[in-house]
Amino acid sequence: MFESLQQGIGSAMKTIRGHAKLTEGNMRDGLRLVQQALLEADVSFPAVKDFMARLTEQALGEKVLKSLRPEEHLIGIVHQELINLMGPVDHSLHLRGDVTVLMLCGLQGSGKTTTCGKLGRMIHERGRKPMLVAADLQRPAAIQQLEVIGGQLGLPVYADKEATDPVTVCHNAVKQAKQIGAEVIILDTAGRLHIDAELMAQLERIDKRCNPEQIYLVVDAMTGQDAVNSAKAFNEALELDGVIMTKLDGDARGGAALSVKAVADVPIKFIGTGEHMDALEEFHPERMAGRILGMGDVVSLVEQAQQKLDQDEMAKQEAKLRKGEFTLDDFKKMLGQTKKLGPLNKVMGMIPGMGNMADALGDVDAEKDMKRLVGVIDSMTPEERRNPTKTIDQSRRRRIAAGAGVEPHEVNELVKQFTGMADLMKRMSSMSLRERMKTMQQVAKGGMMDPGGRLSKQKQSTGKRLTPKERAKQKKLREKEKRRKKRDEKRKG
Amino acid sequence: MGLFDKFKKGLEKTHDLLRTDIRDLFKSEGQLVDEEFLDGLFERLIRSDMGVKAGQEIIDEVRTAYRGRVVEMEDVLDTIKKKLKELLAQPADPIRFADSGPTVIMVCGVNGCGKTTSIAKLGQMFHEQGKKVVLGAADTFRAAAVEQLTVWANRLGAEIVTGPEGGDPASVAHRAVARALEINADVCIVDTAGRLQTQQNLMQQLTKIHRVLGKQIPEAPHEVILVLDATTGQNGISQAKHFTEAVQCTGIILAKLDGTAKGGVVVAIRSQVGLPVKYVGVGETADDLALFEPDPFVEALFEDVEAIK
Ligand SMILES: Nc1nc2c(ncn2[C@@H]2O[C@H](COP(=O)(O)OP(=O)(O)OP(=O)(O)O)[C@@H](O)[C@H]2O)c(=O)[nH]1
Ligand SMILES: Nc1nc2c(ncn2[C@@H]2O[C@H](COP(=O)(O)OP(=O)(O)O)[C@@H](O)[C@H]2O)c(=O)[nH]1
Ligand SMILES: [Mg+2]
Ligand SMILES: [Mg+2]
Repeated sequence: MFESLQQGIGSAMKTIRGHAKLTEGNMRDGLRLVQQALLEADVSFPAVKDFMARLTEQALGEKVLKSLRPEEHLIGIVHQELINLMGPVDHSLHLRGDVTVLMLCGLQGSGKTTTCGKLGRMIHERGRKPMLVAADLQRPAAIQQLEVIGGQLGLPVYADKEATDPVTVCHNAVKQAKQIGAEVIILDTAGRLHIDAELMAQLERIDKRCNPEQIYLVVDAMTGQDAVNSAKAFNEALELDGVIMTKLDGDARGGAALSVKAVADVPIKFIGTGEHMDALEEFHPERMAGRILGMGDVVSLVEQAQQKLDQDEMAKQEAKLRKGEFTLDDFKKMLGQTKKLGPLNKVMGMIPGMGNMADALGDVDAEKDMKRLVGVIDSMTPEERRNPTKTIDQSRRRRIAAGAGVEPHEVNELVKQFTGMADLMKRMSSMSLRERMKTMQQVAKGGMMDPGGRLSKQKQSTGKRLTPKERAKQKKLREKEKRRKKRDEKRKG
Repeated sequence: MGLFDKFKKGLEKTHDLLRTDIRDLFKSEGQLVDEEFLDGLFERLIRSDMGVKAGQEIIDEVRTAYRGRVVEMEDVLDTIKKKLKELLAQPADPIRFADSGPTVIMVCGVNGCGKTTSIAKLGQMFHEQGKKVVLGAADTFRAAAVEQLTVWANRLGAEIVTGPEGGDPASVAHRAVARALEINADVCIVDTAGRLQTQQNLMQQLTKIHRVLGKQIPEAPHEVILVLDATTGQNGISQAKHFTEAVQCTGIILAKLDGTAKGGVVVAIRSQVGLPVKYVGVGETADDLALFEPDPFVEALFEDVEAIK
């Protein structure tokens, strides 16, 4: 249903164009589909209404009606408007020089405790000293839950099992933090209904006593129309500073992001993408807009691809791929084409589900890697480029490496990756665009491929839970890999 | 407080909102049913989370029946109620017990929807019925999930079977049923870790638990409950579909209906997946569970509107 938004609008416009010219009335059919898509994505009705009013004005303007591809134009406007509504971004935690208090609040089960751990981890990684505070005295074993999380992360947890008043707990925690030298205090409050006056007043008391620098509302991405009610009430009680949206690792469209933004008007800071402590990402309105529309940013990617890529060249390569004649030369050409679309991580970020990959690439200099790859290919003979696996032996490898100024094993890696990629491309060439995107996403999730020419860090959870044994094994492997790298570096240096 | 009262308590806020909304639509005497009127009505339906499809169906019905006419509110309400009742039609559907031996109930759902608390509520209900209950803490993943269920077991005076953290949930489930057989318990309720329906590995793990239970007692699990958070929007449909595919759910507990969320997605689930609602959760204590009955559910949504007329 969501996937077909673009097609739906496309065919609505086509029927129209079949018999007459595009008119206002016809355009309204397209608009109705947009409205439906937003509602199906759980954007609150009032927010959709506002949105549609603005969209209609633009869509019925001359520019769109007269454009060559009104459906694309319309989608483009929708997309941009969504981005405008969900921005601007502000990923800062506003940490102060001395002690900063962050407070998390939200409905029951929205993900506060988990997010408390994730934030603690993130802050710790940035070199600051966090302390988690177990201020949920309501839910059975809530304190233990935070203690386990703190233990896993090696972070201090302030808890008082005898306490009955969370306000006191928070207050004492702040005092304690100063003693143990903690710099950032994260308050994990109990989940509550926004209509529970008593418990909302309690939150206000915590706010007054501890004066948090930032108060974040934790919202479940699966929330429906009720998101506006709760966000409004929490914002009125506490003056929120931001929102964290959780459970975006599933298939929820996450329209609540728009609803919450509409009533609270505070930045959406982070998104939770898994149960593990590293599954916290910065929020990006473009990706979210694509998700709500069920199309990622594919539209603009395709648009750009059509504008900037040499279509003949692409067609030629596609034919070669299908026949299995794709060589390193073609690979090089493709790398060149891809570059035209912009920085690699930006391109990756536009593909739905590949956000993680873009992040993984973030600290890798993809451009530089690409140049190195091209250098390696350039150092090969035509025969080697056509048939790398068969021709390149040890001595050739050394020669190529010397020519390109890289290590011989890097030549090997390139060849291996090329073969894997050519294989994948061959399979993909017979697929529709949608299927291709899906395959790409699967590949990205599996952490197999990275067009920058390295194995990417795997970040996205596949939902597999490792046993302690498996975890230990993985850790060992990682350490082994680290040692190997060090050895390599020594040899080089 | 009787069950029905509790049920109504849970719905009060729900229909308070709906009541005011609908009431606004009808000015004192009759009102012309035009597109604007229908749009307003549509908004109210959407706000219940029933989804575009179900909402549109109702609107279409109203349009066909009343378009261009000036109507009395109860006529329109009757049509809406009739339609909703049709969509939700089902006999009240309490837990069905095994003919002999322990009744095994498996509880599943996405993260944080209210599974563990709902188990406490079911346990309390069985306890009041004089039944002997064993709980199986097969959420071996989430931090302190076992401790959470243990607290409830102690409060209920029920026996609990646990396993090591990070251990195999199916083996905990297996041992829980074995224990229930051993001590001649009437009911064995198995808690599972929250998971998103798109996580294939975890859904397979759930299927495995289901299979293991069936090996011990051929008809087990006798009930597979999907817990659904009443604040859930359209994703609830995907949840119902995928969980039912993985473990053949027999019914829904609609939790957190004590907030302002209306839980209308069950209307869409009923028509698209066919899964009935068995109970509703209306609070955080073990007493806050009520049997779901579609007719009073629908009636309760509108009864005050009629009273006002
Ligand atoms: N207001 C209200 N809160 C509820 C209801 N049912 C559960 N909760 C609360 O929702 C939160 C999550 O409930 P749990 O029972 O732990 O949910 P779960 O599905 O077992 O969660 P995970 O095991 O973490 O996936 C807790 O704070 C409960 O107290 C309800 O009917 N009404
Ligand atoms: N899949 C997924 N699960 C999450 C995420 N954040 C939290 N959870 C799970 O949601 C459930 C409730 O989270 P918890 O932190 O206890 O919520 P709280 O009641 O608000 O403190 C737990 O099972 C968590 O593991 C997320 O981003 N993705
Ligand atoms: Mg919590
Ligand atoms: Mg649980």
